[in-house]
Amino acid sequence: MSTITLDSKIPSGPIEERWENHKFNMKLVNPANKRKFTVLVVGTGLAGAAAAATLAELGYHVKCFTFHDSPRRAHSIAAQGGINAAKNYKNDGDSVKRLFYDTVKGGDFRARESNVHRLAEVSVNIIDQCVAQGVPFAREYGGLLDNRSFGGSQVSRTFYARGQTGQQLLLGAYQALMQQVSLGRVELHTKTELLDVVTKDGVAAGIVTRDLITGDIKSWAGHATLLCTGGYGNAFYLSTNAMNSNVTAAWRAHKKGALFANPCYTQIHPTCIPASDEFQSKLTLMSESLRNDGRIWVPKQFDDNRAPENIPEEDRDYFLERKYPSFGNLAPRDIASRSAKQVVDEGRGVGPIKNGVYLDFAESIGRLGENVVFERYGNLFDMYERITDENPMKMPMRIYPASHYTMGGLWVDYNLMTNIPGLYALGEANFSDHGANRLGASALMQGLADGYFVAPNTIGDYLAGLLGQAPLSTEDPAFTTSVAAVQDDMRRWINVGGTKSPEYYHRELGKLVWDYCGMARDKNGLEKALSEIPALREEFEKNVRVLGDPDGVNQSLEKVGRVADFFELGELMCRDALMREESCGGHFRVEHQTEDGEAKRDDENFSFVGAWEWEGKGSTPTLHKEPLVFETVKPVVRSYK
Amino acid sequence: MNLTLKVWRQNGPTDPGHFETYEASDVKDEMSFLEMLDVVNENLIADGHEPITFDSDCREGICGTCGLMINGQAHGPQKGTATCQLHMRKFHDGETVTIEPWRAAAFPVLKDLMVDRSAFDAIIESGGFITSDTGGPRDANEILIPKTAADTAMDAAACIGCGACVAACPNGAAQLFTSAKLAHLNLLPQGQSERWKRTEDMVETMEMFFGSCTNYGECQEACPKEIPIDFIAMMNRDFLKSKIKNRKLQGQR
Repeated sequence: MSTITLDSKIPSGPIEERWENHKFNMKLVNPANKRKFTVLVVGTGLAGAAAAATLAELGYHVKCFTFHDSPRRAHSIAAQGGINAAKNYKNDGDSVKRLFYDTVKGGDFRARESNVHRLAEVSVNIIDQCVAQGVPFAREYGGLLDNRSFGGSQVSRTFYARGQTGQQLLLGAYQALMQQVSLGRVELHTKTELLDVVTKDGVAAGIVTRDLITGDIKSWAGHATLLCTGGYGNAFYLSTNAMNSNVTAAWRAHKKGALFANPCYTQIHPTCIPASDEFQSKLTLMSESLRNDGRIWVPKQFDDNRAPENIPEEDRDYFLERKYPSFGNLAPRDIASRSAKQVVDEGRGVGPIKNGVYLDFAESIGRLGENVVFERYGNLFDMYERITDENPMKMPMRIYPASHYTMGGLWVDYNLMTNIPGLYALGEANFSDHGANRLGASALMQGLADGYFVAPNTIGDYLAGLLGQAPLSTEDPAFTTSVAAVQDDMRRWINVGGTKSPEYYHRELGKLVWDYCGMARDKNGLEKALSEIPALREEFEKNVRVLGDPDGVNQSLEKVGRVADFFELGELMCRDALMREESCGGHFRVEHQTEDGEAKRDDENFSFVGAWEWEGKGSTPTLHKEPLVFETVKPVVRSYK
Repeated sequence: MNLTLKVWRQNGPTDPGHFETYEASDVKDEMSFLEMLDVVNENLIADGHEPITFDSDCREGICGTCGLMINGQAHGPQKGTATCQLHMRKFHDGETVTIEPWRAAAFPVLKDLMVDRSAFDAIIESGGFITSDTGGPRDANEILIPKTAADTAMDAAACIGCGACVAACPNGAAQLFTSAKLAHLNLLPQGQSERWKRTEDMVETMEMFFGSCTNYGECQEACPKEIPIDFIAMMNRDFLKSKIKNRKLQGQR
């Protein structure tokens, strides 16, 4: 049995003073000593690029790794809407306290209060920092920054750069990183993928990577390692994540002892373009803002094959307006998604394969005129038309929910350190700030908060204790056995010599995870998944086909290891969902709903973080619980009727 | 529809490479170009052949990872569209489609359709940033930026770094890429103090890797973000000025 005790290291005192006090109480490393420390940063999205640049500016020796060909490509780049910050530039009653409150409530009271408060505090610094770097945020004519409002809040606090906010923030962090590369303070390794996390006596010692061009397996030692490797939404196969987004770095850390928290908290975004056929490789998001002027409906009759314009008003079911009269089409993400699934499951879906619902702008066009509607949404309509060949000005859009973001991730304490000393997790890769549901425009905020302002402060406290110690030699058996194991793995996959591709098994796995652990979950389905996923995994291990050579570029070989990790993670997601006998945020258990179909939280029994410990392949993982304490915000029921 | 594909196969940077012909049958209109290639690859694997190597990631036209020469056009026939957003309804039954990697001396082929674009990172590294260490910058709204300047900076900053401009250029020049980053940073008040050094450094780094611009204008035609060559004019003007400004600041160089 395990001896892990979860210590969240949350500082004491009034919540507004905790981060300030904590910064004062932490040990510092003096500037001359910083260069004696090597820090490994894995991943170059918002969290990773920001952390690598900032640590290098501070004087640490940084080695930075990405599997992309350039640090400018991580999927942070695809975020459209914006980034929240409690600037209160609009004088509309915003404050750090309000952003804190909205985020805790939006997370359905399953996040740590202290972390969320710190996030709200540093949100204002992020905007200052990004503007100083030259991020071209939208401006008003007077030259001041513009804001828009977003779901889950009643104030305008979202900063944006057209529909490409994520791109501009990532380029800002990338440019700061490249400057540090030019100064020789960051050693950058592109096309280099983490395949193992190495520990010595329970402490993080470094990583083992594969060069995706040459196939070389190499060891890297550091005093600390930061995993900034994103979320695991591709466990569903079809998601809005990039093709290469994967859980491998976090999962390999998990298998070396890092706890994985709340894997069942996944976010399904309601407005994505539905899959068009079985060859679909990924799904594309359409901004949530469309729901401001679009009305969502399906035919009242089953298998109604008439074209939408031939279905009269009395035969249409505007189901969100019917079920949630006060919020209507603007019901929150989780609720809108579940309602759409319900009508499609009933057999009232629309489109060639009956897997979507209509999002109809006819009423708005009638009310506002074509020009106004096109001015508001023209760029999205163009993108939709490029993909579907249908013009939303002429016929309703078809939309369906898709996996979009994962709130769960590696368990970290207040310092963003996992339970393995020296191993940190930042951004979407950790579990810490969004509870069971993330609000729009908060992912960019958290990635940059962790990378620019939190980890660079907290890491000194750990490193100060290591002064005078060299990193572990890469000749140490801890490294050499890991390298040998990774090399064995490569050969083993190529030697399976089966008949089906890794892609095929990923798709099949995704179907299981989506069907049983998607928008609605129940005990029977989850138990079924817990027997079907391991069965499919066994087949995968015996029958997968990876061609080519381990030395050199081999995209099938890259893929097969990622799929293997998704198999194990998918199982854990189902196990966590089965354990959590309540509904909260993105986790909806069919057995736990109110009479009118709303999520029913169980604060008495489930107000805790569920952190899982790996016990070896085929063994049941151990659950550790970190109780959640709400001292500032009193948990209430979310209602949108 | 059924298509005949002529695909460039090259087993590493030193291999001379050659075209292979594949039949893509039962291609659906609603497939993206890369999904069509996914299916071809699945069939190749089923037949025991190594799949075609190509790069892609977000498949939403924003990360800049993908990029193919399709019938001699960078990113294919649809204007303002990256390869991943190109759909098969733009092709017709029986067509022969030629698929090649980006062709440019600065972008060596790594395997099949995958190229090395690290020369772009070298240009950014040489000056494509505004020095502003994380710490205590002034309040964001203390810097007023006229909307027109912010909007034009954003037009330039929309570059996704895919390399289509270089691939489309008969000279293999990177003027559009470099000028887009220079315009983004040089137009903003925050970017002024490093403006002349940045311009000189980035242009000179660019010239170490890439060919020269002779105003063909192919780059703006191929650009999936439709970035205009106006920015190249601005870069040329700033570069000329930088030769004088930098001398004044730093003495004779």
